[in-house]
Amino acid sequence: MEQRYYQKEIETMPVEEIKQLQSEKLVKQVRHVYENVPYYRSLMDERGVKPEDITGIEDLHKLPFLTKADLRDAYPYGLLAKPLKDCVRIQSTSGTTGRRVVAFYTQHDIDLWEDCCARAIVAAGGTNEDVVQVAYGYGLFTGGPGLNGGSHKVGCLTLPMSSGNTERQIQFMEDLSATILCCTPSYAAYIGETLKEQGYTPDKIPLKAGIFGAEPWTEEMRRSIEATLGIKAYDIYGLTETSGPGVSFECCEQTGMHINEDHFLAEIIDPDTGEVLPEGSKGELVFTSLDKEAFPLLRYRTRDICVLSRKKCSCGRTLIKMAKPMGRSDDMLIIRGVNVFPSQIETVLLKEGYEPNYQIIVDRVGNNDTFDVNVELSPDMFTDTVSGVTEREKALANAMKTMLGINPKVHLVAPKSIVRSEGKAVRVIDKRKLHD
Amino acid sequence: MSLKQLTVFVENKQGTLVDITETLAAHNVNLRALSIADTRDFGILRLIVNDNDTACSTLSEQGYLIKITEVVGVKIGDQPGKLSKALQVLDEAGINMEYLYAFMARTEKHAYVVLRVADNAAAEAALEAAGFHLITDADVDKL
Repeated sequence: MEQRYYQKEIETMPVEEIKQLQSEKLVKQVRHVYENVPYYRSLMDERGVKPEDITGIEDLHKLPFLTKADLRDAYPYGLLAKPLKDCVRIQSTSGTTGRRVVAFYTQHDIDLWEDCCARAIVAAGGTNEDVVQVAYGYGLFTGGPGLNGGSHKVGCLTLPMSSGNTERQIQFMEDLSATILCCTPSYAAYIGETLKEQGYTPDKIPLKAGIFGAEPWTEEMRRSIEATLGIKAYDIYGLTETSGPGVSFECCEQTGMHINEDHFLAEIIDPDTGEVLPEGSKGELVFTSLDKEAFPLLRYRTRDICVLSRKKCSCGRTLIKMAKPMGRSDDMLIIRGVNVFPSQIETVLLKEGYEPNYQIIVDRVGNNDTFDVNVELSPDMFTDTVSGVTEREKALANAMKTMLGINPKVHLVAPKSIVRSEGKAVRVIDKRKLHD
Repeated sequence: MSLKQLTVFVENKQGTLVDITETLAAHNVNLRALSIADTRDFGILRLIVNDNDTACSTLSEQGYLIKITEVVGVKIGDQPGKLSKALQVLDEAGINMEYLYAFMARTEKHAYVVLRVADNAAAEAALEAAGFHLITDADVDKL
């Protein structure tokens, strides 16, 4: 099969040239940020770093990191580098005000983001003859808008389905012969199971490829989705802080995701010391946006634990590859594609008048995440009727759903019944074995 | 006029009921009546005992979640139709009931019904007006 690219010149650019391009963009970007983002300027000033100290990517390590805490401190406008009149869009993550990320985009930023998604679609075999079914959520979540824009750029017929309503998804998939499905891997698996139940065999499903991301998934899950839907399943990575999906994407080799290095400069650091680690080391992934205008984060710590590799890829792309993230350097969980911090559960409990004694249990049954929260019952919350207790469970589940965007199953349990190891309660039990 | 019920939150774990009853026995607490409502995850144990204070403090010390609930105790004749008559009285008075359970006295020819209703005072008034005899904690001690 002839290998196609969306932006061949960039995607197959010799490594030295990419680095040169990155250096030029970085110098400009640092100046732009220093001049327009007082928050980051003061971080640089504290470190005694001036824009003129950054002459190329080899100076990147001199710049201070940004973390989610900075995003919280600077919410909502503190990291904005363009006047609002130049911005055309926001996207946001779910979560509390404290944890919510609001990212701003100029038209230029939207364009480069959509280009990144277009590269992913072409790498998955997409052309203007394809019908792309986007079953990621639309709205504040970046999944739907990102792939939607990418699909337009490639010239595909785009079905903006958003997530949910599986019956309708299947009807459109069949009636309009969708060839590429974009959604979370767990939703792809769910659609696959539903199709199977309805008697569809893989050869009766028009799809040829899927682009799945926004949550961790295993190689086994990939193979199972591929078999059920009769497709090739490609991984895609991104985060709202950097733009959305398309920061990196998989090619036909399916051995890691090519990072769009002309836009995003990646580093691997030691999460404890912040020291930059050599290529091939396992550590925390850090991204610098090289040419985003409105929300240009420099050295943003993703908390994803990852490995980078420049091994030659058979697809012809020279862009560096990142492995599937192997874990987190913080306590964030990704459940059904949604970011969940244990502290959010704690916030809900305190607000609802409970002691923050809880345990989150996440598992994967079939290809779907289960999400249970055990909460210790306090004397004031205890009633003598079963309905009294179950109503409280329901009320708590609703409050958590409002906070997180996904529905947990809440179980009220006896006081002091949640296992404490060495005095410290185990807050999270993740049985999904997503990482080695 | 009131009867106190001890309500205990019980996790569906092996040995919990043994532990509770043993604890009460060790402190000479005598059980008069008992009922348990259970779900897949938990149970709610309701007890009428001869010594609420001791039962409450010892179980709390063991880490159990305890609540004292005011319920209505009514004495009824040990004959067919007597319970039905009592319930009819409450129904006619429009009093909603959450649950009930009953126990027999050792000596008398009577049964006792423990009622958990929406409005204790109204239930007591209705039952007394219909000629029923109510029981209190003091009566339980003597049973």
